[in-house]
Amino acid sequence: MALLEIRNLHAHVEGNEILRGINLTVNAGEVHSIMGPNGSGKSTLAQVLAGKDAYEITEGEVIYNGKDLLDMEPDERACEGVFLAFQYPVEIPGVSTNYFLRAAVNAKRKHHGQDELDAVDFLELVKEKAALVELDSKLLNRAVNEGFSGGEKKRNEIFQMSVLDPTLAILDETDSGLDIDALKTVAHGVNTLRGPERAMIVVTHYQRLLDYIVPDFVHVLREGRIVKSGGKELALELEAKGYAWVDEEIKTAAAAS
Amino acid sequence: MSTATQSPTCVEEFAAQFERLEKNDAFTQSWFHPLRKAALANFVENGFPTTKDEDWRFTNIRGATSTEWAAAADDAKSIAKDALAQYCIGEVAATFVFVDGRYADALSSTDGVSNGVVVKRLADALDSDSAQLKPYLGQILKQKNNAFALLNTAFVEDGVYVFVPKNAVLDKPIHIVYASTANDRPTVSHPRTLIVAEDNAQASVVESFVGIGSANSLTISVTELAVGPGANLFHHKIVEEALNAYHFGTIGAWLDRDSRCTSTNVCVDGKLTRNNVESYLKGEGGCCTFNGLSMLRDEQLVDNHLRIEHVAPHCESWQYFKGIYDGASHGVFAGRIYVHDDAQKTDAKQTNQSLLLSDKAQIDSKPQLEIFADDVKCTHGATIGQIDEEAVFYLRARGLNETAARNMLVHAFANETLEQIAIDPLRERLEAIVLDRLPKG
Ligand SMILES: Nc1ncnc2c1ncn2[C@@H]1O[C@H](COP(=O)(O)OP(=O)(O)OP(=O)(O)O)[C@@H](O)[C@H]1O
Ligand SMILES: [Mg+2]
Repeated sequence: MALLEIRNLHAHVEGNEILRGINLTVNAGEVHSIMGPNGSGKSTLAQVLAGKDAYEITEGEVIYNGKDLLDMEPDERACEGVFLAFQYPVEIPGVSTNYFLRAAVNAKRKHHGQDELDAVDFLELVKEKAALVELDSKLLNRAVNEGFSGGEKKRNEIFQMSVLDPTLAILDETDSGLDIDALKTVAHGVNTLRGPERAMIVVTHYQRLLDYIVPDFVHVLREGRIVKSGGKELALELEAKGYAWVDEEIKTAAAAS
Repeated sequence: MSTATQSPTCVEEFAAQFERLEKNDAFTQSWFHPLRKAALANFVENGFPTTKDEDWRFTNIRGATSTEWAAAADDAKSIAKDALAQYCIGEVAATFVFVDGRYADALSSTDGVSNGVVVKRLADALDSDSAQLKPYLGQILKQKNNAFALLNTAFVEDGVYVFVPKNAVLDKPIHIVYASTANDRPTVSHPRTLIVAEDNAQASVVESFVGIGSANSLTISVTELAVGPGANLFHHKIVEEALNAYHFGTIGAWLDRDSRCTSTNVCVDGKLTRNNVESYLKGEGGCCTFNGLSMLRDEQLVDNHLRIEHVAPHCESWQYFKGIYDGASHGVFAGRIYVHDDAQKTDAKQTNQSLLLSDKAQIDSKPQLEIFADDVKCTHGATIGQIDEEAVFYLRARGLNETAARNMLVHAFANETLEQIAIDPLRERLEAIVLDRLPKG
């Protein structure tokens, strides 16, 4: 059984159809990359999977770990191991990362019938994971993302991912705005989490990230549909030839049939 | 203002009460009597404000002004120490408790006062410390049309006088509790606090206005703060009046050269609460901060009216007011910054942030700047909003359930104000009240 099975997923926002029939199967142990031009629906797909209610699902289904994902509340999905690293992480005045993250870790533990982590064990965990992504642990006691640089925000996302230890991680443009050193650090954090029981969906614009997080599959999203899928070479081809090349290919294929 | 359009009965009732007091020689022979008389005359002439007055446009006080308010019995009603235990703020230098305006000796203590600091009942100080009181009592407030401050001046019988001499530092706070109880007849009290901090003195004072049981009370309070050169005063006003109670409080502050005054006002209960603040930055380098937090539900109303006058140059003033409004509650904020023509290099900031938890809640927020100097920095900003849904989703996507996520955001909003309170037991108690008010889930 696949870890994640997306079948013919359609989603609307404010009357516009953004996702127009997505099909995607992700098995445990796999890393899938989703690429596509601006506005093609990458973030919409990521947010729909995380449970954002601004999107109306008009057709299709999503099966995660044998369960109907779309039927679950966002927090239930998180507790079941779904994690979204946001493209634009929000700032939350007055709430420190450590404060809410401890609540999140314990919500997840409670969901699985485990005891809560006490403050000492939690700090231990936080220290280890912050070091992994080279995040200044002082930031963790400040209001979430308030006054963080772009790079710090992205690192904070990967840090939270490491602490929450998800089964399905969805990274939405975690590479954008990072310099090469930060990119390597973030990729290292992500790679540490790769494993046979886990899967990742890595949304990105640029092939660059995929040098460090090498995907098993690459999909091209265009106007709310996956129009092309391939191995990691597809990313290189896209980088060299641009998305117009995909369009040409589709046209040629359509003409030939 | 005119008496014709409003409830004259209540005004006349106060005038009659005053006449009865004047039959007493001790009352009329006091040095303070001329001030009382003038205040009453001014009050009778102008009456109570109505919503036709610009400063009262959003706050209808007819419920208070159409009631016949009785004075409390002469002796303090005895209330159990337990009834006040929840209001404790930890270790203090002194506690003064008044019940319906009457001093409750059994509940008060001044054990921790030293260093030449004077803390005593205003009723005693009026006679024994008249020379010290004269420059301050009734002298700090300059706005002559504040009906409630006038009534307090006319009727004040008791309260607390705090005097912190030059260079003295009071390391523990002074706690003043003005408690109101349920009485056969609706009862009014006129408590007054005067705090004088001399050069480089430092002190922290907490005024708690609390309602015990279903008190049908009207509290008309005045707090005068005279902050001397280089002095540092921390003042806290906590309003936890009864659900039926009216509270009209006025705070007046004078800041001398290089002094600091931080006044934090937290309102969590009461039917209608009006806080008037007048602050005068009279010496260069002074800095006053007024923080406010209201947490309201049902049909409660809190109205904060501030007037900060920059008289001297190089002074700073900060107003940070926040409100959390549930049910059909109503928040009013009007902050006026008045910069005199000599007050160059003024740095003044005012913010008013409202968090609406219900679509029936109402907010009226009005900044007013009157600036007569040309080299000043004055900023103001008001935000009114619901809980940030993006933030709720972010927290939920990490595993917090919806109630936990929303509560965390409301708590954080309140905490930005509560964090300003340095008295740990007080801050923790207020935090617990905020948490207790949030939906469980
Ligand atoms: N809440 C919303 N309200 C209205 N339109 C939306 C909303 N969210 C997304 N859209 C629209 O849906 C389309 C897809 O947006 P989405 O953010 O999913 O694209 P993307 O592929 O992630 O783009 P980018 O590469 O710029 O991040 C865009 O046209 C966008 O304007
Ligand atoms: Mg996007």
